[in-house]
Amino acid sequence: MVRSHVLVCGGTGCTSSNSLKIIEALEKEINKQGLTDEVKVVQTGCFGLCALGPVMIVYPEGCFYSMVKVEDIPEIVSEHLLKGRIVTRLLYDETVGKDEIKSLNETDFYKKQVRVALRNCGVIDPESIEEYIAYDGYMALAKCLTEYTPEQVIKIVSDSGLRGRGGGGFPTGRKWALTAPNKAPQKYVVCNADEGDPGAFMDRSVLEGDPHAIIEAMAIAGYAIGATKGFVYVRAEYPIAVKRLQIAIDKAREYGLLGKNILGSGFDFDMEIRLGAGAFVCGEETALMTSIEGNRGEPRPRPPYPAVKGLFGMPTVENNVETLANIPQIILRGPEWFSSMGTEKSKGTKVFALGGKIKHTGLVEIPMGTTLREVVEEIGGGIPGGKKFKAAQTGGPSGGCIPAELFDTKIDYDNLTEIGCMMGSGGLIVMDEDTCMVDIAKFFLEFTVDESCGKCTPCRVGTKRLLEKLEKITSGNGTMQDIDELEELCNFIKENSLCGLGQTAPNPVLSTLRFFRDEYISHVKDKKCPAGVCKSLMSYVIIADKCKGCTACVRVCPVGAISGSVKQPHVIDDSKCIKCGACMEKCKFGAIVKQ
Amino acid sequence: MEMINCKINGIAVSVPKGATILEAAREAGVDIPTLCYLKEINEIGACRICVVEATGARGLVTACVYPVTEGMEVKTNTPKVQNARKINLELILSTHEKKCLSCVRSQDCELQTLCRDYGVEDSGKYDGFKPQYELDLSAPHLVRDNNKCILCRRCVAACEKQYVHVIGANDRGIDTHIGTPFEKQLDDVPCVSCGQCTVVCPTGALREKDNTDEVWEAIADPSKHVVVQTAPSIRATLGECFGMPIGTNVEGKMVAALRRLGFDKVFDTDFGADLTIVEEATEFIDRVKNGGVLPMITSCSPGWVKFAEYYYPELLEHLSSCKSPQQMVGAVIKTYYAQKNNIDPNDIVVVSIMPCTAKKFEVGRDDQSAAGVPDVDIALTTRELGRMIMRAGIDFVNLPDEQFDNPLSDDTGAAVIFGSTGGVMEAALRTANDLLTGKDNKDVEYKEVRGTAGLKEAVYNIAGIEVKVAVASGIENANYIMSRIKDGTADWHFIEIMCCPGGCVNGGGQPLQPASVRNFVDLTSLRAKALYEQDKAMKIRKSHKSPAIKKVYEEFFEKYGSHKAHEILHTSYVGRKKYR
Repeated sequence: MVRSHVLVCGGTGCTSSNSLKIIEALEKEINKQGLTDEVKVVQTGCFGLCALGPVMIVYPEGCFYSMVKVEDIPEIVSEHLLKGRIVTRLLYDETVGKDEIKSLNETDFYKKQVRVALRNCGVIDPESIEEYIAYDGYMALAKCLTEYTPEQVIKIVSDSGLRGRGGGGFPTGRKWALTAPNKAPQKYVVCNADEGDPGAFMDRSVLEGDPHAIIEAMAIAGYAIGATKGFVYVRAEYPIAVKRLQIAIDKAREYGLLGKNILGSGFDFDMEIRLGAGAFVCGEETALMTSIEGNRGEPRPRPPYPAVKGLFGMPTVENNVETLANIPQIILRGPEWFSSMGTEKSKGTKVFALGGKIKHTGLVEIPMGTTLREVVEEIGGGIPGGKKFKAAQTGGPSGGCIPAELFDTKIDYDNLTEIGCMMGSGGLIVMDEDTCMVDIAKFFLEFTVDESCGKCTPCRVGTKRLLEKLEKITSGNGTMQDIDELEELCNFIKENSLCGLGQTAPNPVLSTLRFFRDEYISHVKDKKCPAGVCKSLMSYVIIADKCKGCTACVRVCPVGAISGSVKQPHVIDDSKCIKCGACMEKCKFGAIVKQ
Repeated sequence: MEMINCKINGIAVSVPKGATILEAAREAGVDIPTLCYLKEINEIGACRICVVEATGARGLVTACVYPVTEGMEVKTNTPKVQNARKINLELILSTHEKKCLSCVRSQDCELQTLCRDYGVEDSGKYDGFKPQYELDLSAPHLVRDNNKCILCRRCVAACEKQYVHVIGANDRGIDTHIGTPFEKQLDDVPCVSCGQCTVVCPTGALREKDNTDEVWEAIADPSKHVVVQTAPSIRATLGECFGMPIGTNVEGKMVAALRRLGFDKVFDTDFGADLTIVEEATEFIDRVKNGGVLPMITSCSPGWVKFAEYYYPELLEHLSSCKSPQQMVGAVIKTYYAQKNNIDPNDIVVVSIMPCTAKKFEVGRDDQSAAGVPDVDIALTTRELGRMIMRAGIDFVNLPDEQFDNPLSDDTGAAVIFGSTGGVMEAALRTANDLLTGKDNKDVEYKEVRGTAGLKEAVYNIAGIEVKVAVASGIENANYIMSRIKDGTADWHFIEIMCCPGGCVNGGGQPLQPASVRNFVDLTSLRAKALYEQDKAMKIRKSHKSPAIKKVYEEFFEKYGSHKAHEILHTSYVGRKKYR
């Protein structure tokens, strides 16, 4: 009889901080202490609190241990699992109350979250179809096949108000409805798991933590639109996701939940995985389909839309991972339940990957309409080091910045679009006062320039020219005319590019120009980077009065730019200095400053 | 047919459902500029030059691929549209090598024209990183100059359409460039040298290798006897180089121009075509009677032959051993003609004017030197001849008509139609029918094998024998034929294959027409029509009836398919490695 379950995160974040070794050590120790029949170790998907990894949770107590090391394992096993004494020092501090241990759901990080897409992540063993089924898995598919007509399924999805979570926000039900009536010898359901925004890992976590939900949702989509074949296009850089998804597909097929005549309903559906080679543009739906077809991943003009002429020229529905992860719940709990969450035009929840200058780096799922302030200050735990919030970036390289004055913006599709941002797939990067907004725009542009497929002129040449103008500005050579030309070129690229990549590539520039134009002007007119980030526009200087001549800076300087005699004030040669900042860090007397 | 009503710049038009804005605009008499668009083969919406404003669409849309909808109002020239096109052109120019003064495409460059129309100056506004590429001069037939490439990908589409697939986009972003697999030199990949890419290139990025300097040099050398021959299709296309209507037959002016350029003799490749027919018909009859390899396939088209050598080396016995007309004429000049006029073949320079870039490859093939020296020395394209005439200051349009020189002339209708798909087959059938029946048959038109379709089949009863024939043009169709032969499902006896879609009138060496013409005019049909009209008007329409042919057999070859004819007029083929 198992009396204790230890759930260890096996998501990519915790795996990279060694959670697999911890599982190994746990099993060994449990065996050693003779608890094999009483304690079960489960490797789950992501819990979300990646900053505290590796994490584990022990049931029935619900103790949440964070930053666990292999050396801690014997203590956890002998103290907690054997003797029932909780190892308080390893508990996540927010769960430690005065006299009791608080549930994880009461912590700031989890309190305001509502987990729909992520509901099984960190809860079940993603490699076990039985655990998925035990959590109502495949019940939604069964319900569709036995109780609903395809039209009814589409109506439920439409009524729920679910919109595409991959970036565009197109209503999912309408997408299905547009595809369903098109007659063709073969139709397809494609799952877009080519998550490419830097720092985003929502889809990865769903695939790693709850792969059956995607399979179930794709089968439901197939039933709704009359498709019998599905593809999941997933990045080859997601090996854990690929492995677990393949295990799940094989199991589902073994259980008759994929293949011919599913659950005796007469409905056939099967699917396979296609690996992407890491091109960002393949996240664009037509480029993704071109890639599945075996060609160079490049977008094609629309119309024709995939609903009419998609994969292999056939009607195709393409949905993002997170979108699909919502489907089984919508079917089971009804469209009203789903649409009761969120704002008027953005229903349900949204998963965000929190990153940047924030305490709780990780994955959160919040109801639409939650304010940015709540996400950053409450869920995210605020900015470390007492620094001031400057802006948040959503939508990755396609999105824009939300400045501090809009901190109380309710996050939903339309609000973000209105302020020149976009929901994107859900990356949310927090920036503090030390961030240069021109530099941030440059960073994202470097990414799009590198990832442009090169098919259309505006994106291929235009984004490169944008980047060059930004480089000119950050190196102190920009003019006011450059700022105007930058804006003109941004608008040109936005309106003239072939696909979403190019059409949104100027957003980081346009949005920073809108909210932080003064920073651009400082770079151009005053030749100053207000945040002290752009290396060409600042120098390190030694304040002679404070310098004791200890020579510590001389020894740490990698390029020999500092000179001076012992016990005499030193000097930095700006022409040699590479602005690495090592001297400033080393100086004990605060004698070195940035100017 | 369901019709859609829309307005282009306020002009109401009604077009079939599915028509694009570009097509509707054409209907309204409004031209919208394009760069990447090629009807049916390159509808990729990549260059973004054709952007317009349309009601119901978000932002600007590309006219080339965007379908009109009921009630749509399109504006093609608003300040917004013009400004977008202008910025686009400036961006393209910022990566373009602007050596326009001496560029071979100066004045017929589609980019140059647009820049002029939109008042785009090289302002330097978007100067920045510009990738530098080395010229690919490896192939005998063309120059690849990526520094002038604007990445419209028309060449890639043409190559794909040809089923050759040796060029495509490599790398990405600003480093995107058109290249071969593994960045090999063009000569080291299975390029068939058809030159279709050069015909569709809007700029000077892809161009035939220019051999005109060698010709000028030879003409200027008093010790050389320089003779020129012109392929059947040149008379139907050369006029386009001088602004004459497509499909104008300029045979007389062409001969006059060649004389004025200083060639010692002006011969007609039609003589070679007639020679090919009598030899090929003889070979075919021999194969039928003596159980030779069938089906037999024509071998006039060097691009096609090269394709077969790359992809079907095991089936090369199906190819007729006849040299192409170009090579036959060269061989006859350097043997029969040289002996007759007592000229050392080493002192003869044979120049040929061809519709074809693959001919530049063919002149360098092995087993093409009947007199111990290459049969043909220099193969020029129609375009190169056009440029020579231009440089020489010859007023082509107003030239008088002149006749080809003897003895290699007296061409027939059969030879003239060689320039079009189906022409070789028809010419061969005319002769085979006479040879097998021993009669002078009056019915000489084999209409089933005419027309621009890529694949045509027919069955003829010739002297009691049922002959199944097929005619293919374009490598895609050639490949189909070969795959049928390979899998044993081909029941044809005789097959004509031409490398270029529609035959030589649409060859890779033919005059350039901008996409704005190519997309709306059936060039191939118009040019072919000129040839069929000439055939119809001719007294002699069968190759074996040509007095020149009769004479050369009487005086030199003795009989069709003789040992001597085989020595001089036939050749051999080799399997080729695809990637070197």
